[in-house]
Amino acid sequence: MRLVLPNPGLDLRIPNHEDLDRMEKEEAGDRLKWDNKAQYILTCVGFCIGLGNVWRFPYLCQSHGGGAFLIPYLILLVLEGMPLLLLEFAIGQRLRKGSVGVWRSISPYLTGIGIASMLVSFLVALYYNTLIAWIMWYFFNSFQSPLPWTQCPLNENGTGFVPECQESSTVDYFFYRVTLNSSQSIADSGEIQWAIVVCLLAAWTVVAICCIRGISTTGKAVYVTAILPYIVLGIFLVRGLSLKGALSGLKFLFTPDVDELINPTTWLDAGAQVFYSFGLAWGGLISFSSYNPVHNNCEQDAVILSVVTGLTSVYAATVTYSIIGFRATEKYDNCISGNIVTLLNAFDLSEDNITTTNYEDTLNHLNSVYPNVVQGLDIKECDMQKLLSEGVEGTGLAFIVFTEAITKMPGSPIWSVLFFLMLFCLGLSTLFGNIEGVVVPLKDLNVFPKKWPHEVVTGITCAVAFVICLLFAQQSGLYWVTVFDTFAGSVPLLTVGLFEMVAIVYVYGIDRFNEDIVFMIGHKPNIFWQVTWRVVSPLIVLVILIFYLVTIAQKELRYLVWDYNSEEFPSLASVPFPSWINAVIFLLAGVPSITLPVYALCRLVFVYCKKRSEK
Amino acid sequence: MLEKIFLLLCFSSALANQLCKPDASDGYKVRISLKTALGDDAYVWNENEMFFFRSTLAFAMRTHVSGQRFEVSNIVVCNETPRVSFWFVVTSPQNLSQLIDKEHVEEAIRKSRSRINSAFLLTDNTLEFIGIHPTLAAPVEPVTPPWLIVFGVVMGAIAAGIVVYMVSTVVRKKRKKNEKTNGDDTDGETRVKTIESGRAADGVYNLSFADDERL
Repeated sequence: MRLVLPNPGLDLRIPNHEDLDRMEKEEAGDRLKWDNKAQYILTCVGFCIGLGNVWRFPYLCQSHGGGAFLIPYLILLVLEGMPLLLLEFAIGQRLRKGSVGVWRSISPYLTGIGIASMLVSFLVALYYNTLIAWIMWYFFNSFQSPLPWTQCPLNENGTGFVPECQESSTVDYFFYRVTLNSSQSIADSGEIQWAIVVCLLAAWTVVAICCIRGISTTGKAVYVTAILPYIVLGIFLVRGLSLKGALSGLKFLFTPDVDELINPTTWLDAGAQVFYSFGLAWGGLISFSSYNPVHNNCEQDAVILSVVTGLTSVYAATVTYSIIGFRATEKYDNCISGNIVTLLNAFDLSEDNITTTNYEDTLNHLNSVYPNVVQGLDIKECDMQKLLSEGVEGTGLAFIVFTEAITKMPGSPIWSVLFFLMLFCLGLSTLFGNIEGVVVPLKDLNVFPKKWPHEVVTGITCAVAFVICLLFAQQSGLYWVTVFDTFAGSVPLLTVGLFEMVAIVYVYGIDRFNEDIVFMIGHKPNIFWQVTWRVVSPLIVLVILIFYLVTIAQKELRYLVWDYNSEEFPSLASVPFPSWINAVIFLLAGVPSITLPVYALCRLVFVYCKKRSEK
Repeated sequence: MLEKIFLLLCFSSALANQLCKPDASDGYKVRISLKTALGDDAYVWNENEMFFFRSTLAFAMRTHVSGQRFEVSNIVVCNETPRVSFWFVVTSPQNLSQLIDKEHVEEAIRKSRSRINSAFLLTDNTLEFIGIHPTLAAPVEPVTPPWLIVFGVVMGAIAAGIVVYMVSTVVRKKRKKNEKTNGDDTDGETRVKTIESGRAADGVYNLSFADDERL
């Protein structure tokens, strides 16, 4: 397939190999450089390993057949993730520019890809930093014993707890009421929660400080933010495995269900997870690799990063599920104990009469002898499988399930501090890549005057983002975050990723690309890379994109709300979106996706008009 | 004489039995969970413990119902079960056939609850008076919310970071100025490259054009 679209003037726009060597030798250009290779690898690892590895991958793994899910995950990691990774690394290293610069060099009509990447990075940074603000709030509140989410406030006459807390749980109440004070629908904005505003301020200030001078500051920060999560995960692994019930959680996670492999949703979810977790199409990776020396071995980097991401996902899943298993076992034991006490009280039996071992038999015996009495009692259904599978994804995992598990461990405040510090570092290191993917394109597009230093641009970006984030500080903030999470970071990224591959293979030219790689690392990428770049990876991304569009178009858009008055309380109620949400979805998902064709069209028109006026 | 005393005792115990029965209107059910509270250290519930319980209740009644001297015999217990649960009623010291009102009993127990609990090494959950809800302890709330303190520390660290950054920027600018005045302007203009003599090159890739290209 030697199909290449005509692309006049390409040689004039990009430096050739001799220029690259000369620029490298003379250290020309005011482009930043990495202090050492370790910084670069750590920054990329930090960017790829984010909150999704802790709270999305374990859930996918468990719900799609446990250990069997690793098969599609690893296959798609190799077929989809690695080729795209090398593509972005190599093109950034070759053209030595951020995402807008790279696409503009390849063809001015393709600048839309870079702009789309920038928009997606910005939108994702907004809600991601809100999650970090919530994490900081929990972190700040962890420095006390007992932890604030272990207690319900009392009602007026002091004989019981506030009903909202009584009927749900202390952790639910603390998250939905004390922290977020969530309203009952996305349309009901309510007031601004000042505690969240304060945490948002802290979050954006930290990000601004760390990114203020680009990679010369983030490069230092990643030594902490990229390494600390691994250490904390290790500590939690050791602690988690020594807790009662950890092994039941691990068994639940890894028990393979090979039937799931036939289900296409499994493969599609695996593909989507690989795509998002690698931070592809955000523009950050292109930017980071453009600071590398020209002859850096990017092929090796791509392979290393893929392996590290895969292993870290499995590692995080193990830790997560050992803690989940512990919590489920605690709750199960409490449920059984509660039932035993109910039976003892109803039949006035001695306390030794019913133990956990003979509970089942005694219950059946009593049920057969006194069925009316037993039916009238409030015997709860204690289902271990249900307990293991509840609330184990997304914010529910971090702020509800894990916080509850931590309260049951001895020495809770320390574990809470460690856990939220780890989440903070995971999120922050991903944000570094995001901000890089926003600020560098802004500079390339000359949105700000050239004289303004990088620091000012970063500062203004963070300030504007903070102001927009006040949207998430309202009482409906949780629902807005859900909207952003579902729509801003899904379809546009897949579209941009697809365009990227098509652009490099068919507009830049796969032959030219191969020659560049030969120049940079000394050997031509082998047949595996050739096949995946040209056929396999674009096909996979296209299939996932079509599947997403079809799914979203088909089903009615609903979201989950925390509503005290609903019937399903304390479970979240599923409510349809208001109709104006379609405009918001178009802004979030539609605008970045169509940026490329729209920009190309505008440029065509502009060039045509200029030619006409020159004649 | 002896017969009269005997008759009186029978009569009073019969009366007491009549007064105390499950679901009595002025009685309360007590439920004690020794194994739950004390595990292996649990003591056995026997007659002596019951005597102690009745005297504790009598103490509570004496303290909080003014003017009346309650005796252990005024606390009548019935319907004991192996669970350890039983019903009790409180009779008036003056008139053994008259029961003290539910409200007074409840008030007395509520006020002495912690004394009663600690007498038996039990808690509100393990020594239950069915129908009398314990007043829950308010959640501990320190004067300054702790999160504000930690937030202050973090913001202080950030402010220190900002100061360090500003100082380093100023220092860097001063150093650059010193270099400029000391040596030639070697690192200033990197955009415009000049072709040095002796260099066989057709042309030099001009970085400034590439960066300025807008379209």
